Amino acid sequence: MRELLLLCVIVVAGTGGELCVTRAMKQIGEVTDFRPAALARFIFRALTVGWMWMGIAMMALAFFALLTTLSFENVSFVVPVTALGYAAGAVGAVLFLRERISAQRWIGVFIVCIGVTLVLFSRH
Amino acid sequence: MTDSPGLHLKTLLLLLMIVVFAPLGNVLLGKGMKTIGPATHWAVADLWNVFVRICSSGYIWLGIASLMTFFVAYMLVLTWADYSYVQPASSFSYAMVALLGYLLLGEVITPLRWVGIGVICLGVLIVGYTPPRTTTAVKV
Repeated sequence: MRELLLLCVIVVAGTGGELCVTRAMKQIGEVTDFRPAALARFIFRALTVGWMWMGIAMMALAFFALLTTLSFENVSFVVPVTALGYAAGAVGAVLFLRERISAQRWIGVFIVCIGVTLVLFSRH
Repeated sequence: MTDSPGLHLKTLLLLLMIVVFAPLGNVLLGKGMKTIGPATHWAVADLWNVFVRICSSGYIWLGIASLMTFFVAYMLVLTWADYSYVQPASSFSYAMVALLGYLLLGEVITPLRWVGIGVICLGVLIVGYTPPRTTTAVKV
Protein backbone atom coordinates (compact mmCIF):
# COMPACT_ATOMS: atom_id res chain seq x y z
CA MET A 1 0.00 0.00 0.00
CA ARG A 2 2.82 2.37 0.98
CA GLU A 3 4.69 1.50 -2.27
CA LEU A 4 1.58 2.10 -4.40
CA LEU A 5 0.97 5.51 -2.83
CA LEU A 6 4.60 6.52 -3.33
CA LEU A 7 4.57 5.26 -6.95
CA CYS A 8 1.41 7.34 -7.59
CA VAL A 9 3.12 10.45 -6.21
CA ILE A 10 6.18 9.80 -8.42
CA VAL A 11 4.01 9.39 -11.56
CA VAL A 12 1.51 12.22 -11.00
CA ALA A 13 3.89 14.84 -9.57
CA GLY A 14 6.67 13.86 -12.01
CA THR A 15 4.47 14.10 -15.10
CA GLY A 16 2.72 17.24 -13.88
CA GLY A 17 6.11 18.83 -13.28
CA GLU A 18 7.34 17.94 -16.78
CA LEU A 19 4.18 19.40 -18.35
CA CYS A 20 4.62 22.65 -16.40
CA VAL A 21 8.31 22.90 -17.41
CA THR A 22 7.40 22.25 -21.06
CA ARG A 23 4.80 25.00 -20.97
CA ALA A 24 7.37 27.38 -19.49
CA MET A 25 10.03 26.47 -22.09
CA LYS A 26 7.58 26.89 -24.99
CA GLN A 27 6.81 30.38 -23.64
CA ILE A 28 10.51 31.25 -23.75
CA GLY A 29 11.14 29.89 -27.26
CA GLU A 30 13.79 27.84 -29.04
CA VAL A 31 17.48 27.93 -28.00
CA THR A 32 19.62 28.98 -30.96
CA ASP A 33 22.72 30.37 -29.19
CA PHE A 34 24.73 27.77 -27.21
CA ARG A 35 27.49 30.09 -25.90
CA PRO A 36 27.83 30.03 -22.05
CA ALA A 37 26.74 33.67 -21.54
CA ALA A 38 23.69 33.17 -23.75
CA LEU A 39 22.81 29.94 -21.94
CA ALA A 40 23.13 31.70 -18.56
CA ARG A 41 20.77 34.46 -19.77
CA PHE A 42 18.41 31.77 -21.04
CA ILE A 43 18.37 29.96 -17.66
CA PHE A 44 17.76 33.28 -15.86
CA ARG A 45 14.82 33.99 -18.20
CA ALA A 46 13.44 30.48 -17.60
CA LEU A 47 13.45 31.13 -13.83
CA THR A 48 11.21 34.19 -14.29
CA VAL A 49 8.35 32.08 -15.66
CA GLY A 50 5.78 30.97 -13.05
CA TRP A 51 5.11 27.62 -14.73
CA MET A 52 8.82 26.79 -14.32
CA TRP A 53 8.62 27.15 -10.52
CA MET A 54 5.41 25.11 -10.36
CA GLY A 55 7.18 22.42 -12.42
CA ILE A 56 10.28 22.48 -10.20
CA ALA A 57 8.15 22.12 -7.02
CA MET A 58 6.27 19.12 -8.44
CA MET A 59 9.48 17.49 -9.67
CA ALA A 60 11.08 17.98 -6.22
CA LEU A 61 8.11 16.21 -4.61
CA ALA A 62 8.43 13.35 -7.14
CA PHE A 63 12.18 13.19 -6.44
CA PHE A 64 11.81 12.72 -2.67
CA ALA A 65 9.07 10.15 -3.23
CA LEU A 66 11.49 8.33 -5.58
CA LEU A 67 14.30 8.41 -2.97
CA THR A 68 11.94 7.04 -0.31
CA THR A 69 10.80 4.20 -2.61
CA LEU A 70 14.38 3.38 -3.65
CA SER A 71 15.35 2.88 0.00
CA PHE A 72 13.34 -0.37 0.10
CA GLU A 73 12.66 -1.35 -3.56
CA ASN A 74 14.96 -2.28 -6.46
CA VAL A 75 15.68 0.39 -9.05
CA SER A 76 14.87 -2.14 -11.82
CA PHE A 77 11.30 -2.32 -10.44
CA VAL A 78 10.63 1.27 -9.42
CA VAL A 79 11.81 3.10 -12.54
CA PRO A 80 10.06 0.90 -15.17
CA VAL A 81 6.79 1.21 -13.19
CA THR A 82 7.07 5.00 -13.30
CA ALA A 83 6.81 4.64 -17.11
CA LEU A 84 3.08 4.95 -16.34
CA GLY A 85 3.86 8.67 -16.42
CA TYR A 86 4.15 8.09 -20.14
CA ALA A 87 0.40 7.53 -20.47
CA ALA A 88 -0.30 10.42 -18.08
CA GLY A 89 2.07 12.56 -20.16
CA ALA A 90 0.24 11.82 -23.42
CA VAL A 91 -3.13 12.73 -21.87
CA GLY A 92 -1.65 15.83 -20.25
CA ALA A 93 0.03 16.89 -23.52
CA VAL A 94 -3.37 16.85 -25.26
CA LEU A 95 -5.30 18.60 -22.49
CA PHE A 96 -2.69 21.01 -21.18
CA LEU A 97 -0.29 21.71 -24.07
CA ARG A 98 -2.77 21.26 -26.98
CA GLU A 99 -0.44 18.81 -28.73
CA ARG A 100 -1.97 16.49 -31.32
CA ILE A 101 -1.29 12.82 -30.72
CA SER A 102 -1.70 10.34 -33.59
CA ALA A 103 -3.44 6.95 -33.32
CA GLN A 104 -0.02 5.31 -33.77
CA ARG A 105 1.32 7.19 -30.77
CA TRP A 106 -1.67 6.16 -28.66
CA ILE A 107 -1.03 2.51 -29.61
CA GLY A 108 2.57 2.94 -28.44
CA VAL A 109 1.37 4.42 -25.15
CA PHE A 110 -1.03 1.47 -24.73
CA ILE A 111 1.78 -1.05 -25.32
CA VAL A 112 3.97 0.74 -22.78
CA CYS A 113 1.11 0.40 -20.27
CA ILE A 114 0.97 -3.38 -20.92
CA GLY A 115 4.73 -3.53 -20.28
CA VAL A 116 4.36 -1.64 -17.00
CA THR A 117 1.58 -4.02 -15.93
CA LEU A 118 3.88 -7.02 -16.59
CA VAL A 119 6.65 -5.41 -14.54
CA LEU A 120 4.15 -4.83 -11.71
CA PHE A 121 3.13 -8.51 -11.82
CA SER A 122 6.79 -9.57 -11.83
CA ARG A 123 7.10 -8.36 -8.26
CA HIS A 124 5.25 -11.35 -6.76
CA MET B 1 11.09 24.87 -36.85
CA THR B 2 12.97 24.06 -40.08
CA ASP B 3 13.84 20.40 -40.67
CA SER B 4 17.58 20.85 -41.22
CA PRO B 5 20.10 17.95 -40.86
CA GLY B 6 21.91 20.01 -38.19
CA LEU B 7 18.77 20.20 -36.07
CA HIS B 8 18.26 16.44 -36.38
CA LEU B 9 21.87 15.81 -35.28
CA LYS B 10 21.46 18.21 -32.35
CA THR B 11 18.19 16.50 -31.36
CA LEU B 12 19.75 13.01 -31.57
CA LEU B 13 22.78 14.06 -29.52
CA LEU B 14 20.61 15.49 -26.75
CA LEU B 15 18.30 12.45 -26.82
CA LEU B 16 21.39 10.23 -26.39
CA MET B 17 22.42 12.28 -23.34
CA ILE B 18 18.87 11.92 -21.96
CA VAL B 19 18.95 8.12 -22.42
CA VAL B 20 22.38 7.71 -20.76
CA PHE B 21 22.33 10.19 -17.87
CA ALA B 22 18.79 9.63 -16.53
CA PRO B 23 19.22 5.85 -15.92
CA LEU B 24 22.75 6.30 -14.57
CA GLY B 25 21.43 8.91 -12.13
CA ASN B 26 18.64 6.62 -10.97
CA VAL B 27 21.01 3.68 -10.49
CA LEU B 28 23.34 5.87 -8.39
CA LEU B 29 20.36 7.08 -6.31
CA GLY B 30 19.27 3.46 -5.86
CA LYS B 31 22.75 2.50 -4.68
CA GLY B 32 22.85 5.48 -2.30
CA MET B 33 19.41 4.85 -0.81
CA LYS B 34 20.10 1.12 -0.36
CA THR B 35 23.24 2.07 1.59
CA ILE B 36 21.28 4.53 3.75
CA GLY B 37 18.29 2.23 4.25
CA PRO B 38 14.60 3.10 4.80
CA ALA B 39 13.30 5.35 7.56
CA THR B 40 12.32 3.01 10.39
CA HIS B 41 9.84 5.42 11.96
CA TRP B 42 8.11 8.34 10.29
CA ALA B 43 8.89 10.69 13.20
CA VAL B 44 10.44 14.09 12.39
CA ALA B 45 13.75 13.24 14.13
CA ASP B 46 14.07 9.98 12.19
CA LEU B 47 13.24 11.63 8.85
CA TRP B 48 15.74 14.41 9.60
CA ASN B 49 18.40 11.78 10.33
CA VAL B 50 17.70 10.10 6.96
CA PHE B 51 17.75 13.51 5.22
CA VAL B 52 21.18 14.33 6.70
CA ARG B 53 22.54 10.94 5.56
CA ILE B 54 21.10 11.55 2.07
CA CYS B 55 22.86 14.95 1.92
CA SER B 56 26.20 13.43 2.96
CA SER B 57 26.08 10.47 0.54
CA GLY B 58 28.54 10.59 -2.39
CA TYR B 59 26.35 8.24 -4.47
CA ILE B 60 23.34 10.56 -4.04
CA TRP B 61 25.34 13.63 -5.17
CA LEU B 62 26.76 11.75 -8.16
CA GLY B 63 23.22 10.64 -9.00
CA ILE B 64 21.96 14.22 -8.71
CA ALA B 65 24.81 15.48 -10.96
CA SER B 66 23.91 12.84 -13.54
CA LEU B 67 20.20 13.75 -13.35
CA MET B 68 21.03 17.48 -13.63
CA THR B 69 22.95 16.76 -16.85
CA PHE B 70 19.90 14.86 -18.09
CA PHE B 71 17.59 17.71 -17.05
CA VAL B 72 19.58 20.40 -18.90
CA ALA B 73 19.62 18.27 -22.08
CA TYR B 74 15.88 17.68 -21.62
CA MET B 75 15.07 21.39 -21.17
CA LEU B 76 17.13 22.33 -24.23
CA VAL B 77 15.49 19.78 -26.54
CA LEU B 78 12.00 20.73 -25.30
CA THR B 79 12.45 24.27 -26.63
CA TRP B 80 12.10 23.00 -30.23
CA ALA B 81 10.58 19.51 -30.01
CA ASP B 82 7.21 18.40 -28.58
CA TYR B 83 6.92 16.92 -25.11
CA SER B 84 5.10 13.90 -26.55
CA TYR B 85 8.06 13.33 -28.93
CA VAL B 86 10.81 13.83 -26.34
CA GLN B 87 9.14 11.67 -23.70
CA PRO B 88 9.58 8.40 -25.67
CA ALA B 89 13.36 8.87 -25.48
CA SER B 90 13.23 9.44 -21.75
CA SER B 91 10.85 6.47 -21.42
CA PHE B 92 13.43 4.27 -23.15
CA SER B 93 15.63 5.06 -20.16
CA TYR B 94 13.09 3.16 -18.02
CA ALA B 95 14.40 0.04 -19.77
CA MET B 96 18.05 1.12 -19.69
CA VAL B 97 17.85 1.59 -15.92
CA ALA B 98 16.94 -2.08 -15.45
CA LEU B 99 19.96 -3.11 -17.52
CA LEU B 100 22.25 -0.89 -15.43
CA GLY B 101 20.59 -2.15 -12.22
CA TYR B 102 21.37 -5.71 -13.34
CA LEU B 103 24.93 -4.97 -14.49
CA LEU B 104 26.08 -2.47 -11.85
CA LEU B 105 23.98 -3.29 -8.77
CA GLY B 106 23.53 -7.04 -9.36
CA GLU B 107 19.73 -6.80 -9.03
CA VAL B 108 17.87 -10.03 -9.75
CA ILE B 109 15.47 -9.49 -12.66
CA THR B 110 12.94 -12.23 -13.40
CA PRO B 111 12.13 -13.29 -17.01
CA LEU B 112 8.63 -11.74 -16.64
CA ARG B 113 10.20 -8.41 -15.71
CA TRP B 114 12.53 -8.55 -18.74
CA VAL B 115 9.48 -9.27 -20.94
CA GLY B 116 7.66 -6.30 -19.39
CA ILE B 117 10.67 -4.08 -20.03
CA GLY B 118 10.91 -5.39 -23.62
CA VAL B 119 7.23 -4.54 -24.17
CA ILE B 120 7.87 -1.01 -22.83
CA CYS B 121 10.72 -0.67 -25.38
CA LEU B 122 8.41 -1.84 -28.20
CA GLY B 123 5.80 0.75 -27.24
CA VAL B 124 8.49 3.41 -27.16
CA LEU B 125 9.78 2.46 -30.63
CA ILE B 126 6.24 2.70 -32.09
CA VAL B 127 5.75 6.13 -30.58
CA GLY B 128 9.22 7.20 -31.75
CA TYR B 129 8.30 7.21 -35.47
CA THR B 130 6.42 10.50 -35.28
CA PRO B 131 7.40 14.04 -36.31
CA PRO B 132 9.21 16.14 -33.66
CA ARG B 133 6.67 18.96 -33.66
CA THR B 134 2.87 19.10 -33.97
CA THR B 135 2.18 22.58 -32.58
CA THR B 136 3.13 25.98 -34.03
CA ALA B 137 6.40 27.61 -32.94
CA VAL B 138 6.07 30.47 -30.44
CA LYS B 139 7.25 33.80 -31.89
CA VAL B 140 9.38 35.84 -29.48
